[in-house]
Amino acid sequence: MRQALCRAPSFALWSAPHHFLGVNGPKEDIIASLRTHVIKNYFQHREFSFTLKDDIYIRYQSFNNQSDLEKEMQKMNPYKIDIGAVYSHRPNQHNTVKLGAFQAQEKELVFDIDMTDYDDVRRCCSSADICPKCWTLMTMAIRIIDRALKEDFGFKHRLWVYSGRRGVHCWVCDESVRKLSSAVRSGIVEYLSLIKGGQDVKKKVHLSEKIHPFIRKSINIIKKYFEEYALVNQDILKNKESWDKILALVPETIHDELQQGFQKSQNSLQRWEHLKKVASRCQNNIKNDKYGPWLEWEIMLQYCFPRLDINVSKGINHLLKSPFSVHPKTGRISVPIDLQKVDQFDPFTVPTISFICRELDAISTNEEEKEENEAESDVKHRTRDYKKTSLAPYVKVFEHFLENLDKSRKGELLKKSDLQKDF
Amino acid sequence: MEFSKRKWRMPRLAGDQRNASYPHCLQFYLQPPSENISLIEFENLAIDRVKLLKSVENLGVSYVKGTEQYQSKLENELRKLKFSYRENLEDEYEPRRRDHISHFILRLAYCQSEELRRWFIQQEMDLLRFRFSILPKDKIQDFLKDSQLQFEAISDEEKTLREQEIIASSPNLSGSKLALESIYKIPFADALDLFRGRKVYLEDGFAYVPLKDIVAIILNEFRAKLSKALALTARSLPAVQSDERLQPLLNHLSHSYTGQDYSTQGNVGKISLDQIDLLSTKSFPPCMRQLHKALRENHHLRHGGRMQYGLFLKGIGLTLEQALQFWKQEFIKGKMDPDKFDKGYSYNIRHSFGKEGKRTDYTPFSCLKIILSNPPSQGDYHGCPFRHSDPELLKQKLQSYKISPGGISQVDDCGFSLNHPNQFFCESQRILNGGKDIKKEPIQPETPQPKPSIQKTKDASSALASLNSSLEMDMEGLEDYFSEDS
Repeated sequence: MRQALCRAPSFALWSAPHHFLGVNGPKEDIIASLRTHVIKNYFQHREFSFTLKDDIYIRYQSFNNQSDLEKEMQKMNPYKIDIGAVYSHRPNQHNTVKLGAFQAQEKELVFDIDMTDYDDVRRCCSSADICPKCWTLMTMAIRIIDRALKEDFGFKHRLWVYSGRRGVHCWVCDESVRKLSSAVRSGIVEYLSLIKGGQDVKKKVHLSEKIHPFIRKSINIIKKYFEEYALVNQDILKNKESWDKILALVPETIHDELQQGFQKSQNSLQRWEHLKKVASRCQNNIKNDKYGPWLEWEIMLQYCFPRLDINVSKGINHLLKSPFSVHPKTGRISVPIDLQKVDQFDPFTVPTISFICRELDAISTNEEEKEENEAESDVKHRTRDYKKTSLAPYVKVFEHFLENLDKSRKGELLKKSDLQKDF
Repeated sequence: MEFSKRKWRMPRLAGDQRNASYPHCLQFYLQPPSENISLIEFENLAIDRVKLLKSVENLGVSYVKGTEQYQSKLENELRKLKFSYRENLEDEYEPRRRDHISHFILRLAYCQSEELRRWFIQQEMDLLRFRFSILPKDKIQDFLKDSQLQFEAISDEEKTLREQEIIASSPNLSGSKLALESIYKIPFADALDLFRGRKVYLEDGFAYVPLKDIVAIILNEFRAKLSKALALTARSLPAVQSDERLQPLLNHLSHSYTGQDYSTQGNVGKISLDQIDLLSTKSFPPCMRQLHKALRENHHLRHGGRMQYGLFLKGIGLTLEQALQFWKQEFIKGKMDPDKFDKGYSYNIRHSFGKEGKRTDYTPFSCLKIILSNPPSQGDYHGCPFRHSDPELLKQKLQSYKISPGGISQVDDCGFSLNHPNQFFCESQRILNGGKDIKKEPIQPETPQPKPSIQKTKDASSALASLNSSLEMDMEGLEDYFSEDS
């Protein structure tokens, strides 16, 4: 019972900032009303899905407004809420629609990066486990992908969210992006992909002679982390077992020279220096008749470059877990990540639901003692309290994101109404 | 587009108006034509464009696209067929107009199946690619602007700012080339095929595309738009097809004849003259059956009929000697003087067999040719009954051939592609003989034959099993053929 109560409010948090902003001052009222205006067009046609106890999965949920959503959440008590597309009709009425007429029309562009996809290149953990040593992979992924989304594609509204266990999600919410076709979404993922091949492929990165700016900039980001992440924490040249894996990525002609140098060296750092020297003298392959750091870069990329799941991104109707959900296995809350402080983000300090519940209890006890005046509604009461828990900084990131989104929507609306006035 | 019942010429526009309607020598065919044209011009334009697209196809197979030979030969074809391709000082209006109208006519013919659409789109794309490749650089920007494509070349300063990035992004671009190359700034989503493979430089949501790659993008745009347009056209096609004047033409255009020409056959000498009457009812297509009947009744055929029927007979295996005998026998019955026949008609028969004059061995007419050339007038029996006859009369005729009413209404939508009267004959014979060739007969001297035995059929097909009997009986061959799905 207590668990259930604890879960319900955390989902309410997804809509909480909307309420929250609606309660204070005039400026926030405008923002809130704008959001409602826009959401009014979208909200009823937005698909939600609930995952209930015993893994019962219900799709095509849709609601008239946020309070209906909250009521349903409190009633059904879902473990997990996923957010889907905005459809041509109300999703909960999709069965009444003529065949073929019910179409997903818009959705944010989303990305899902999962640590399990790196199992071939991390030594510390595997599958669902993560640790501080390998979390850097996510840090690098966020930096590389976010830079490209912002600088190359011009996307302005990007929300990065911790998935709650072993990965991160990205929500790109620009107006223009929501309408992108599946083909373009796939194309974006392709642009952002460098790692080719599954288990049976040893060498997964092949660079051509010309290095595209995207790749060059990504390599520059990796360089900032490589020494500490790969050579110290992961220790990728620690012993024969690990450096054999690296030898598999370079031509046989230099194996002997490399191994001699490796044996003489004391640690991964020295071995890596040796490798860089030898590799840059070696002609990479028949196509690439330039001498240079291509081999070195290919190794760095294979060990550090982001791995995206294309299926999550390409489908307009694909559902993705809502921010501020609770992860059923870890209890951690899917919190937004502050891009300004991405290097400091530590998944192990992300609050769990039980922790938040305890904090909330402590707060309300205090307030009862102070006997705060009016009888506020239960939800509103709890809503305001979130700002006093450990979720506060994360909520702030979220609000900031929403504010920016609203500003640009407001700008668009004004632009449109100006154009209309001209007629 | 309106089709008038009478033939009338389109009023000519004054000079400026003409140039305004077609400002460029190529286009994306975004707007359909809105003139009235005559049926004849309609047909001619359609045929000319089919010829053009087939040349495009053939040249694309014989030569590597873009090479000098390919380019010059394609240019020749366009010039020959009087379609627009290059700006020159002559009056450009007519070739551009022809290009415009003929494209839209062919949409009607080629929208009907996936295969046809694919073929049509492919050739039109190749054609557009060629025309774009010979467009002078200063004309490119204007053309793009008029075609509602948002492609703008960036200034030299902007180019210099991004020089390194652009060079690093484009596979075939080197530093020296960049100075000469135009770079276009387009929204990234419009350059999907380029950016997905990281073959272009992206900055702030825009792709910086060299001219060479712009062509690929334009062609993709064109393909997408044309594909959509064809799908729409297919939906409104029933309305067009209800116009009987257009329907046979459109059908035949798309099944446009590319197959056998039935000129040299392995079955030369396999037919004896006595078989012809029987064969005419069993295996001749209606146009030839009608000609044969008229010949037998009138002991005469005019030139058009002699050409069409004579070549057909050659195609089914008649030798020159047999042909001479056949026609002479019949014409003599019509009180013609044998000498006059020898003087007047036998020369022509030998000519059509390639034995006189420039020795061209003329090939039997395909359906398309029969439909489109030399329409019959009063006293003629040639042509295509499905095209040149009144539908009611046609129905009656088919009824007299003893085709069931169901078979008659099926004739129009038989669904298979019949392109050639001799094809009809061969298919029919194949069915009747259970897959074997025409029954071989030794070549006979020029004397009348005793009636041959009825051709046997294989038991295989039960529908044909009843063929074992009388002469009149069987139009089943014809009926089966018409209702057969292939």
